[in-house]
Amino acid sequence: MRPRIVGAALCALLVQASSASAASDGVVRIGSKSFTESYILAEVVAQLVEKVGEARAERRVGLGGTGVTFRALESGAIDIYPEYTGTLSRVMLKDPALVTADAIRPRIEAQGLTISAPLGFNNTYALAVRDELAQRLGLRTIGDLARHPGLSAAFSSGFIEREDGWPGLKRHYGLSLARVEVMEHALQYRALTNGDVDMMDVFSTDGQLERLRLRLLEDDRRFFPDYSAVLLVRREIVQRFPRTWARLREGLEGRIDDRRMAGLNAMADLDGKRIPEVAAAFLGSVSPEGHGRRAVVAELYALTKDHLLLVLVSLAAAIAVGLPMGIVAARYRRAGQLELAVIGMLQTIPALALLMFMIPVFGIGKGPALVALSLYALLPIARGTYAGMIAVDRQLLEIASVLGLGRLRQLLRIDLPLASISIMAGIKTAAVMTVGTATLAAFIGGGGYGSLIVRGLALDDTATILSGAAAAAAMALGFHALFEVLDRLTIPRGLRR
Amino acid sequence: MIALHGVTKRFGHAVALDHVSIEVTAGTTHVLLGSSGSGKSTVLRLILGLATPDEGTVVVDGTGVDGSTRAGLVKRMGYVVQDGGLYPHLTASENVALGAEGQRWPRARIDARVAELAVMAGLDRALLARYPRELSGGERQRVGLMRALMLDPPILLLDEPLGALDPLVRAELQGQLGRLFATLGKTVVLVTHDIREAALLGHTITLMTAGRIVQHGTFADLAERPATPFVAQFINAQTLAPSPSVGR
Repeated sequence: MRPRIVGAALCALLVQASSASAASDGVVRIGSKSFTESYILAEVVAQLVEKVGEARAERRVGLGGTGVTFRALESGAIDIYPEYTGTLSRVMLKDPALVTADAIRPRIEAQGLTISAPLGFNNTYALAVRDELAQRLGLRTIGDLARHPGLSAAFSSGFIEREDGWPGLKRHYGLSLARVEVMEHALQYRALTNGDVDMMDVFSTDGQLERLRLRLLEDDRRFFPDYSAVLLVRREIVQRFPRTWARLREGLEGRIDDRRMAGLNAMADLDGKRIPEVAAAFLGSVSPEGHGRRAVVAELYALTKDHLLLVLVSLAAAIAVGLPMGIVAARYRRAGQLELAVIGMLQTIPALALLMFMIPVFGIGKGPALVALSLYALLPIARGTYAGMIAVDRQLLEIASVLGLGRLRQLLRIDLPLASISIMAGIKTAAVMTVGTATLAAFIGGGGYGSLIVRGLALDDTATILSGAAAAAAMALGFHALFEVLDRLTIPRGLRR
Repeated sequence: MIALHGVTKRFGHAVALDHVSIEVTAGTTHVLLGSSGSGKSTVLRLILGLATPDEGTVVVDGTGVDGSTRAGLVKRMGYVVQDGGLYPHLTASENVALGAEGQRWPRARIDARVAELAVMAGLDRALLARYPRELSGGERQRVGLMRALMLDPPILLLDEPLGALDPLVRAELQGQLGRLFATLGKTVVLVTHDIREAALLGHTITLMTAGRIVQHGTFADLAERPATPFVAQFINAQTLAPSPSVGR
């Protein structure tokens, strides 16, 4: 009876996992990439969807980079997310000539997608110098730099390497600099304000620009591509929720200029405001504390469900495969050694790398995360089973053969129960480990507590990172306690100490 | 009837049995006597098909023991080992019932047979629900015997069944085993190093050392007409000093 209930519960979870991408319910799934601006815009969309009330809003934010997020939209794992025209034309359509939203729109309709009109701001590369220096040297445009070859710069590694970054810019304007240093974005600001360097690359909506006395040099010869923000959405959502889509367009199209966006980014990055508060501030609605707390609880609940799903399904799969593998390894020792060595090798692959390997094969989202987590959980389970089976007293096995139990009955009645302590120890190790490893699933859009960690990393918000880590730790403790109970149910009384 | 014809068994370079021939008449109790390492347990393992001879043949009731006949033959055998060899995760009655489960007996028939065996083996029925570690050594041995008798096999093979018991319990069980073998009329092969046990239970005795048979006969033959000085020495060592209290 008991195994049947567990089985039914697992089936239910699996069904839920597989139906997660079917958008037939009254839900709009809102995604975002994992940086502040994307989070804020996604939250604004979510709050507007909730206000209209035509559909329920489900937040699947912080999916990672462009590739992962766009694929999530294509597969239907999300329905809408903020994107940039420059990214759409260069990365997805591979046609840099498509500059405007109106030019791009017809090209993506065949894929069942569409975009809004630009939201107003253009988040592109820009060069920033200190106000004081700009005044002293009379710098207004990028072209003005050509007259000052003795200046120095701190550039991000991306800007140094990209053709639409420094290499192209240098050629386009005929620039040269005395010194160029490569450094992390956060350090660039420090180097610039300290006077160590004279300029840096920024994104034009960077929150820091608001607070520091910096000047953006005008791109007078139009080198930097246009990265106007738009909403990228599945057309079926536009058709199914017309009022919602109309409201999103009305509320966002042309409503956010560079300064406004930089201000919102600064609220999150510099003032430590939570994303929902920033979004509410933009929408002019209040975000009362009670509602905020309820939202946190609701998010935590959703993430817990997500995380639990990841752990239970991958653990079930690992047991279904690992247990027989352990049995086979114990029966056929030599083949078994080879088998365990292979699983062991799998374990030496860093978990994050294993997750990444899954992307080309299985795409992104829960599916590949489940495969990677299952592979990862295999070793402790197979090893535990193997160790338990070979430790069974030989004489007891001989007696079983004399009693004429038959292979299957002997396995179920004698071998497995005698090995149960070791098997359960392996499963317990795998479970606790998987709770931890599953936080990495968020890096490939698998959701779960890792979403908090990814978001915290993106926002440089230690509290959010810790909340994700603490939740995972609490779940690991929960699993530990659960297994204390399961041990009582699965390990025969005669074996317990 | 059980017969070994010129059986040799090696483990690597070590010779466990060296051209051994033994015949056990149906319905009698035969004792394999010797100190540890003499090869007597190997004889049992060959009869059970748990090991195969390098030379010679093992025949049980007219059928040679090999891979193809083994499954059928072991159904006619009950096997008892030192300390019972019970499964720690099963209760006493579950241990006893295992063989019948394999034969898909109905529950009622199993319960009735277990109850009957408890009386036969002198085990308090209240102990049947206990796990092996909750039983004394003597009780475990009785349960092991019941398990071997569950399907009423014509042949019983016992490997140092009483070796781990203290002298009083051992003496009591030796008496009970003797009466049981006599009533049930089983063909019994019993391995022991205990002279008193051999004298009490064995219709015939084979004394072995280093994988060879030293003498074969009744206890009287061995005691009164020892074939070699070793036989006399072996018999006297234990009968002069009362039976040892520790197992091998």
